[in-house]
Amino acid sequence: MSSAENETPQADGAEEAAAGAEEAEEVEEAPVDEAREALVERFRSEMGEGVIEHHIEVGRDTWVRVENGSWRHAAEVAKGAMGMDYFDFLSAMDWMESPYGRSEDSSVDLALGRAEAAEVSDEIVTGYAGGDSRFQVFARLSNLVNHTSLTLKVDLPDLTVASWVEVFAGAAWHEREAWEMFGLNFEGHPSLRALYLPTDFEGHPLRKDFPLLARHVKPWPGIVDVEPMPGEDEPKEEATAEAGA
Amino acid sequence: MSTASMTAAALVDPVLGFELAYWQQTTIKVVLALVIVPTATAIVVQTFLFKMMAGMQSRMGPMEAGPYGALQLMADGLKFIQKELLAPSAADRRVYALAPVVSLIATFMVFVVIPVGPNGFAANLRTGIFYALAVSSLSVVGVLMAGWSSANKYALIGGIRAGGQLIAYELPLVLAVIGVVIQAGSLNLQDIVVAQHSGEIFGWGGIGSPYIITQFVGFLLFMISIQAELTQPPFDMPVAESEVVGGWQVEYSGLQFLFFYIAEFGAAFGFSAIASTLFLGGWAIPFVDLDAGIMHIVGPLVLFGKTMAVAFLIFWVRFSYPRFREDQLQQFAWKFLIPLALANIVVTGILKVVF
Amino acid sequence: MAITERDQLNYIATQAADARVNVELETEGMTINIGPQHPATHGTLRIVARLDGEQVISADPVMGYMHRGYEKLTEVRSYPQVTTLINRIDWVGSFANEVPFILAAEQLMDIEAPERARYIRTVLFELSRIANIILFLGDMAVQLGAITPAFFAFRDREFVLNQIEAVTGGRFHPNFDRIGGLKDDLPAGWIKETKQAMDKVRTFCDQMDDLVVGNEIFLQRCVGIGVIPPSVALEYGLSGANLRSSGVDWDLRRDENIGLAYDEIDWKVWTHDDGDSFARYWVRLQETREAANIVDQLLDNIPGGPIMAKVPRIIKVPEGEAYVRTENPLGEMGYYIVSRGDTGPFRVKIRSASFSNMSITSWILRGVYVPDIITILASMYFILGDLDR
Repeated sequence: MSSAENETPQADGAEEAAAGAEEAEEVEEAPVDEAREALVERFRSEMGEGVIEHHIEVGRDTWVRVENGSWRHAAEVAKGAMGMDYFDFLSAMDWMESPYGRSEDSSVDLALGRAEAAEVSDEIVTGYAGGDSRFQVFARLSNLVNHTSLTLKVDLPDLTVASWVEVFAGAAWHEREAWEMFGLNFEGHPSLRALYLPTDFEGHPLRKDFPLLARHVKPWPGIVDVEPMPGEDEPKEEATAEAGA
Repeated sequence: MSTASMTAAALVDPVLGFELAYWQQTTIKVVLALVIVPTATAIVVQTFLFKMMAGMQSRMGPMEAGPYGALQLMADGLKFIQKELLAPSAADRRVYALAPVVSLIATFMVFVVIPVGPNGFAANLRTGIFYALAVSSLSVVGVLMAGWSSANKYALIGGIRAGGQLIAYELPLVLAVIGVVIQAGSLNLQDIVVAQHSGEIFGWGGIGSPYIITQFVGFLLFMISIQAELTQPPFDMPVAESEVVGGWQVEYSGLQFLFFYIAEFGAAFGFSAIASTLFLGGWAIPFVDLDAGIMHIVGPLVLFGKTMAVAFLIFWVRFSYPRFREDQLQQFAWKFLIPLALANIVVTGILKVVF
Repeated sequence: MAITERDQLNYIATQAADARVNVELETEGMTINIGPQHPATHGTLRIVARLDGEQVISADPVMGYMHRGYEKLTEVRSYPQVTTLINRIDWVGSFANEVPFILAAEQLMDIEAPERARYIRTVLFELSRIANIILFLGDMAVQLGAITPAFFAFRDREFVLNQIEAVTGGRFHPNFDRIGGLKDDLPAGWIKETKQAMDKVRTFCDQMDDLVVGNEIFLQRCVGIGVIPPSVALEYGLSGANLRSSGVDWDLRRDENIGLAYDEIDWKVWTHDDGDSFARYWVRLQETREAANIVDQLLDNIPGGPIMAKVPRIIKVPEGEAYVRTENPLGEMGYYIVSRGDTGPFRVKIRSASFSNMSITSWILRGVYVPDIITILASMYFILGDLDR
C-alpha cells in the first residue's frame, strides 16, 4: 500500500515515451502503412468471412466494415484473437443529408463565402470503408499492449444489429444511447430503455431528419463577430462591412 | 452568562442572608436556564463553528453582521424565526412538531446538575452524573420521532442510524464515567469536584487530583463517546449531508430546525461542561480554598473556561476527520470502546483497593 | 483478497434478494432515490437504489437531466463555433475539452500547430488538469465528511485559475484553442507566476497527503472498497486514473500522444494495483504532483516562434473521418469527426470520459453499503456535464 511499492521506476516511463515517439515517426515516413495493413490482414484472416471493406489513413487510423450478421463475431474476434480488450466507444451514424441544411443561410454567412444552402440530395454518401445503408453503427476497440486501435463499422439495412453487451459489458449504455438517439435496435440487449431522454419522448434526435427546433424558432443570426487572425491587423468593422456587402 | 450564574449562586445561597421560597427559587432557575443555555450555545457556535472553523479552513467566516461578524447568530436566529414552518403532507404532524421540543428539553435537563460554584447549581442531586447521562439519552427519542414522523426515507435512515449509534455509544459513555465514580466514591458532581480538589496524586496534593491524569483512558473514552452522542464527525452518519442529506433534520425548517440546532450545540456545551467537571476539576482551581467567597464569582468563570477548552477539542476533531461507516462505527463501539472501558473499570477498581 | 470480500457481499445481496422472492413472510426492501438533487452527485444524477437494510441490492443510474444535445448542436455550427460548446462538457477543466477536437480538425486539415503553440497548449492542458483534479482531491474528503480539505482545494485552485485567466481571459471557459494554434501568446511575467502557482499546488498535495491519505478513517473507508479488477475496467472502457488505479498502465499522453509536447519532457505514469477507492485517490494525487512537474519542465523549455500556423480565413475541413483522443483530467476524451468538406462537421461523436467511467455504476454498486455508494461514486470522479454532454 505504500507509495514506494507502486512506483514504476522513473526510467521506464521515459523510455516507453521515447519508444512511442520513434514508432510514430517511422510510421509517418512510410508511404504504405505496413503495420496497419498487417493488422487488417490479421483481422480478415481471423474473421474468415464477414469483412466487407477496409480503409487505412496512413499513420493515423484503421477502419473495417463488417457484415451485419458478423457484428458480434467481429467483437469476439477483436477481443479474443486480436487482444483488443479495451472498449472505447460505440455509436451510430445517419448518413442522410439533413433536409434542413446546416441552418447557416443568413446573409452574413453567405457573404463570408459559404455555399448557399444547396439542393439537398437524397443520395446517401457514406464515409471511410464505405456503406450500403443510411444508418451505420461504428465502434472502436483498442489493444493497450501493442497500442493498436480499430474502428469497426456495420451497415443496418433493417435498423437492427446484434448487441455487444455479452462481449463488452460496457457497451450497454452506448447501445442504449444509440437506440434512443437513432432508433436502432440491438438484438440481445438486456434492457433497451431511454438513457438520456424522458420515457415518453417521441422521435430520435440525432437522426438527420429530426429538426433542431431551436434553430427553427430563432434563426441563426450568422457570424456577426469575426475574430481577426493573429498577426493580421484587419479591423473588425471592415470584416462586417465586407460581410454585409 | 457568568454574571448571571454568579447572581444565581448568590440568590439561592442562604449564607448571604436571603431566604427565598421554593417557587421563587424555581422561577429564577428556569428563567436563568432559558437565558444561559441559548447564550452558551450561541457562544460555542460563534466561537468554534463560525470563527475557529473559518480560521482552520483559511477563510474569514461571517464578517458582515457586527464587528467581525459577531452578530451573525442574531441574524441567523431572526431568519429562522421568520421562516415558515413546513411539514411534509404525509408527516405525522403531532409527532413531527413535538420532536424538536423533546430534543431541546432533554438538552436543557442536562444542565440542571452541573455545579458552577460552591452553591451554584440548579439541583444538587445525589445521583448527579447518573441523572445527567440518563436525561441526555432522552434526545434519542426526539431524534427517532423526527426520523419516523417526517415520512421521508432519508430522515428514516438517518433517524434509525442515530438511534443505533446513540444506544451503542451510551454504554462506553457510562462505563467511562464509572472509573471516575469509583475514584471519587460518589455520583454527585459536586462531590466529584471536591474529591478532585482535595485529592492527592501518590501522596502529592499540590494541584489536587484532576482525574484527567489518573483516568486518562476514561477521559479519552468519554470524549470519543460524547463525540458520537453529539453526532459530530467522525460519527455524523445520522446527519451526513453527503449521504442522507441531513438525516432526521431533512424536513425541518424555521423555528423547529432552530430547536434542533440549539439542542445539538447546547448538548455539545453541556457535555463539555460535564467532561470538565468530571476530569478537569470543574469550577475549582488549585491553591484556592473551595469555600473562599471569591469562588462564588470565579467558579462559573473557571468552569466556563474549562468547558470551552473541552468544546475546542470536540470541534477540532469535527473539522479534521472524515466519517466512519455505520458498521465500522458499531464495531468501534462494541469491539473496542466497551472492552477498553470495562478493562479501565477493573484496573481502577483494583488500584482503588490497593491504594 | 479485497475482491473475495466483494464477491462475498455480492453473494449476501443475492441471497437476500432470493429470500425476498421465495419466503412468504417477506421483508420489504426499500427503494431509495439518490438524486437528482443530492449533495453527493454534484449535479443532477439520480441513482435508484434498492436496499436491504443498508445494503444495496441493485443500483440503476438515471441521467439526462443535464443532457444538452451537443452532438446535435455541433451539426449546425462551424468548426470555430464548436469549441465554445464543448468547453461546457467538463466545466472544471474546460480547456482540456477543446484540445482533442482541435487536434482532430487539424488532423483532417493536415495542419500542424507551431512548436510554441504546442507547448502552450500542453501547459494549459495540464493546468486545467490540475484545476480539475484539485477539486476532486478536496471533494472526495467532503463526501467522506471532512469539510476542511475542500476549502483548501478551492483556495489553491484559485492560483491555477488565475494563471489560466491571465492567458485566456476566461476562468472557466477559455475557448482559447484555434485550429492551427492559439488565440494569443503568453502575457509577460506569466511563466514566473505559474511556477509559483505550481509550488502552491505541490504544497497542497503535501497537505492532502497528511490530511486525507494519512487519515486512519479515510483508509478504513476507502481501502478495499469498490474494487475494479483490470479486466472489468477494460470491458467497461474505463479510462484515466480509474483505469490506472486498476493496474492498467495506459496513459494517452505517453502511449498515443498526438500533437502535444509530452514526448519532449521527462515524466512518469502512476499506477496502482489495488483498484479500490483509495487507489483512485492516490493515483490522482500523484498525477497532480506530476502535472505540476510537467508544467514546470515545459515552461523551462518553451521555444520561441509563432503561435499560429497558416490557416485559411474561412475554415473548411476536407472530407474524411478522424478520431483523436487525449488524456483529459477525467480520462480519455475523444472526438470522432465526420467531415463533408463543409464549414462545419457532418457529425461529431463525443466520447467523454465520465460516460464510460460511470457505465460501471450498476456493476460496482451491487452489494455495497449505502455510505459506500458515496465513497465509490466520489472516487470514480465524474462531472455531470461530461456524463450527459
